[in-house]
Amino acid sequence: MLFELKRVTIERDSKVVLQDVTASLPNGASCVAGPSGSGKSTLLRLLNRLTDPVSGTVRYENGDVRERDPLELRREVCLVPQLPALLEGTVEENIRFAAGLAGREPEVGRLLDLAGLDASFAARDSGKLSVGEQQRAMLARALALEPRVLLLDEPTSALDEGARGAVEATLLDLRRRVRISTVLVTHDLDQARRMADWVVRLEEGRVVGEGRVKEQLAV
Amino acid sequence: MTSPSIQVSLGDVAATLALVAVAVAVSFWRRADLEEDIGIAVVRSFIQLTAIGYVINFIFDQDSLWFVVALIAVMVVFGALQARARAKQVPGALGPLLLALALAAAATLGLVVALGVFKPEPRYLVPVGGMVVGNSMTAAAVALNRLGDEVTRHAREIEATLALGANSTLAAAPIVRRSLRSGMITLVDSTKTTGLVFFPGTMVGMLLAGADPTDAVRLQLILLYTLLGSVALAGLIAITLAYRNFFTPAHQLREQPEP
Repeated sequence: MLFELKRVTIERDSKVVLQDVTASLPNGASCVAGPSGSGKSTLLRLLNRLTDPVSGTVRYENGDVRERDPLELRREVCLVPQLPALLEGTVEENIRFAAGLAGREPEVGRLLDLAGLDASFAARDSGKLSVGEQQRAMLARALALEPRVLLLDEPTSALDEGARGAVEATLLDLRRRVRISTVLVTHDLDQARRMADWVVRLEEGRVVGEGRVKEQLAV
Repeated sequence: MTSPSIQVSLGDVAATLALVAVAVAVSFWRRADLEEDIGIAVVRSFIQLTAIGYVINFIFDQDSLWFVVALIAVMVVFGALQARARAKQVPGALGPLLLALALAAAATLGLVVALGVFKPEPRYLVPVGGMVVGNSMTAAAVALNRLGDEVTRHAREIEATLALGANSTLAAAPIVRRSLRSGMITLVDSTKTTGLVFFPGTMVGMLLAGADPTDAVRLQLILLYTLLGSVALAGLIAITLAYRNFFTPAHQLREQPEP
């Protein structure tokens, strides 16, 4: 298993967000699905230690994430958050910033292409992109780290139907071109069916189902 | 830089209460609801300044630098407490503010004495120290107030940068830059317009006391430049120490952004 959560409880403002969650996420394409407020984004943040549980353990590749250097872990297990999240400056500057963190010289054109943007976007001001373009720029920026795992937090929730389909196509295409595992958070069960092979279903901070998408989300 | 002293009677002070009455009347007429605050401000300023006048008199008579240090230490503590009230969103702000004001005061006063601008005597160090601490307090308070706002407003961007494996210093760099700027900008702007839009207090005081205008201007310039340095130091130290309190040692935001 890529990630294993064991009896994880997490609170926010003394309200329980995840309660005694035990779940596994394998290599490949998996997703965490559930209605809004079910604790999906919090679970995702546990996977690269943007937050820590009150109790329980989170394991990545058989090791406790708390034993890893958090910064190294985040470069390997990179989270693409919800908008807005780009830095001021051009798209290329954003990509170079991320690549610099991993000590890499980025192939900006290739990264933009992987994220479904043409090369002209390199010089575009990140503050003047459409929501869909921002989402792709964030994807290109995350890919600049050459991560092993991409954590995608509702990557299409702010998009209209057309843009959503295009971003989904980009993500599916990306997995064909790059060896990478993805964990997608979504409230949309249809999207979960289209994008993932494995699903952990959450409701009100508890796991209500886990397994192959074909079985868990059979229509 | 000696000037003939002027005599100001309590009657003169009382006469200016006419202007306070104007302020009260304006507030009452336009229902600004500041009459009580104006009253408190007048009474407090009278008591505080009268008291400090006697304290300064005592310190000048003693002619001991230890009393100067003690007075500035008291100012630093009150200044830090006052600034903390403006920076409620910043966790653990008092420590950084105390250090910021103390170091800014020590460094600036130390430097002007070392450069030979002022003699290390109470009659120079007390007024300059007061101005340095006062301006540093304002700058540090504004900077930390802005820092708190920025972290709340930009929590998503900060976490997005942490999510790439950046450390908290890098993730906070844009908000640290903006907060420091906002702490310093007021003094920078007022220094730019000084002499055009307003006359600074020291110069006005010296002119009223009968000093040569050239001397008054030079002393004012010295103070303005000194204050620029102290304000920059106070803002920098306060922000540099305080922004860390928003993060855990594992480079996580303590207050997670709303999902």
